[in-house]
Amino acid sequence: MAYDKFNILTTTGVPLPIENVDTDQIIPARFLKATERKGFGDNLFRDWRYNSDGTPKQSFVLNNSIYGGKILVGGKNFGSGSSREHAAWAVYDYGFRCVVSSFFADIFRNNCLNIGVLPVQVSPEFLHKIFSAIEADPKAQMEVNLPEQSIKILATDEKESFDINDYKKVNILNGFDDIDYLLNLKDQISEFAQNTPL
Amino acid sequence: MSSKKTLFDKVWDSHVVRSIENGPDVLFIDRHLVHEVTSPVAFLGLKNRGIDVLHPEKTFATADHNTPTINQHLPVQDPLSANQLKALEENSKEHGISYWGLGHEKNGIVHVVGPEYGITQPGATIVCGDSHTSTHGAFGAIAFGIGTSEVEMVLATQCIMQAKPKSMRINVEGALSRGVTPKDVALYIISQLTTSGATGYFVEYAGEVFRDMTMEGRMTVCNLSIEMGARGGMIAPDATTFEFVKNREFSPKDEALDKAMTYWETLYTDEGASFDKEITFEAAHIEPMITYGTNPGMGIGISNDIPMAEAVEGGAATYRKSLQYMNFNEGDSMIGKDIDFVFLGSCTNGRIEDFRAFASIVKGRKKASNVTAWLVPGSHQVEAAIKDEGILNILHESGFELREPGCSACLAMNDDKVPAGKYAVSTSNRNFEGRQGPGSRTLLASPLVAAAAAVTGKVTDPRELMEKELA
Ligand code: SF4
Repeated sequence: MAYDKFNILTTTGVPLPIENVDTDQIIPARFLKATERKGFGDNLFRDWRYNSDGTPKQSFVLNNSIYGGKILVGGKNFGSGSSREHAAWAVYDYGFRCVVSSFFADIFRNNCLNIGVLPVQVSPEFLHKIFSAIEADPKAQMEVNLPEQSIKILATDEKESFDINDYKKVNILNGFDDIDYLLNLKDQISEFAQNTPL
Repeated sequence: MSSKKTLFDKVWDSHVVRSIENGPDVLFIDRHLVHEVTSPVAFLGLKNRGIDVLHPEKTFATADHNTPTINQHLPVQDPLSANQLKALEENSKEHGISYWGLGHEKNGIVHVVGPEYGITQPGATIVCGDSHTSTHGAFGAIAFGIGTSEVEMVLATQCIMQAKPKSMRINVEGALSRGVTPKDVALYIISQLTTSGATGYFVEYAGEVFRDMTMEGRMTVCNLSIEMGARGGMIAPDATTFEFVKNREFSPKDEALDKAMTYWETLYTDEGASFDKEITFEAAHIEPMITYGTNPGMGIGISNDIPMAEAVEGGAATYRKSLQYMNFNEGDSMIGKDIDFVFLGSCTNGRIEDFRAFASIVKGRKKASNVTAWLVPGSHQVEAAIKDEGILNILHESGFELREPGCSACLAMNDDKVPAGKYAVSTSNRNFEGRQGPGSRTLLASPLVAAAAAVTGKVTDPRELMEKELA
């Protein structure tokens, strides 16, 4: 599915300094019943965000209007648990284009990359700096520069680089997806298929 | 470069269609398992691109995540669930994929039916839009969970783009003590490694304990690989594996079997092959396990106390938040804690061996009156074995009922939801906040621990009940 190209993103961040945020929190299973990719942002962090009667929990960061922006900043081991891509969809659909953490669960990271949300893994120290910057000023801007593979806190000019493989980088910069690439390999794949032992 | 290869290398390398420089490998997929929740958007993607499923004969669909576990013969009440089931049925029909829907004799949890019908084979690459696809690694397959974009990718091209993970070998040496099951081995390893300890790795389990394990037990262990962050886990196939795989509906026969066996017998880690990481545990250190927190790494031997926040690695704040959710205190003993629900089932512990274990404890006892028990077989085949082996009678005499197959309370997408604030001892795989229903509190454990809780109404060391048996 096509998604917005990602180049340089300058925006504020929403802090969620909790470790091991699992995909059941990002989007609880009972909201996985759709047959189309629509409206998942409404249920992002559903049970942390709303009381059981549907009223917003004021203490949760997404309900606090001083915070906003296109970067979600999470604690270590973000996105553990289930393979549901719905979690990445919910993040994207809510309006985030980038998730920053000091450590990501594998499948969540892949899912993000496949739908155009950029997972940026930083050192624990830099993560701490980001949280501090937002705490000092909720309107603190950050710049995520994909071509240069760096993230910068504009107020302090502190910067760190992040990893992404070249192939994925090109995809995200251009909004390409893997299926287009694989469809071009059709002949090679069918030749391979003839020779598999199973 | 050493020519010595790990089991993982052998299977992975033989499935690489092409390697992209500083990018992922294009990996050919032998078997694609599909279920109703993570596939509809993928099929929609195919439609938008105007393409078909490339290899419908390598694709198998079953309905499990959303299905009710009572009155399966009646129309599904929840319109959204019904809609997803209908979508999978129609998509399967349109693309010529075998579909084992609700009421079909082969219906069951995707990771239970795959092995039952011989779809799961040694040396295969297997994917499914479900993280517990790692289960199939028990056969020496490379099996892992994928997201919906990747489901679409595999439907369209039978390939997936994946960077090769790092390798880790986990050895467990010695013999397990009485009352210690494969589930306990896995929960123990996760408690030692934490839920992110194997992120970025593919694990091979080796050593005496796994060699001696049944296929059901190996499936339980590999199933839980994802809970330590690993992409998957695998065990080298041996005589136990080959015996299990042979003579199943989709397993190779005659000449095809000879050819397959030639391949299967090469599937082991060469002596001297190296791993990026290797860890060894002693079986003797493992006792029946139970979790007390909100991730599967928060587990302890059942006779231990809940650790103090200072003693755990990582953030004390996250740890305390988790205990607060569970309404437990640091230093509490787990034994004796009152519980409300027992769930026996899921792709982790919903196979016949798990029901045998459960029955061995409840036999001659009565279900505790404060406990609601959901006993959910992983498939119709498991359900049939429960009846044939006389286990159903034992369960009935003890006051338990059997439900119909499905994922059920493992992820509580259907009506099997544990109410807010209630405690469930569950044989499933995740104790995340709200996993078994909004506000539910889950204690993960083996079928033996679940059975002991079911008859006593509280957390109980199953070895006590086993000992009485002997006296
Ligand atoms: S039983 Fe649970 S973990 Fe297994 S496939 Fe179903 S939902 Fe996933």
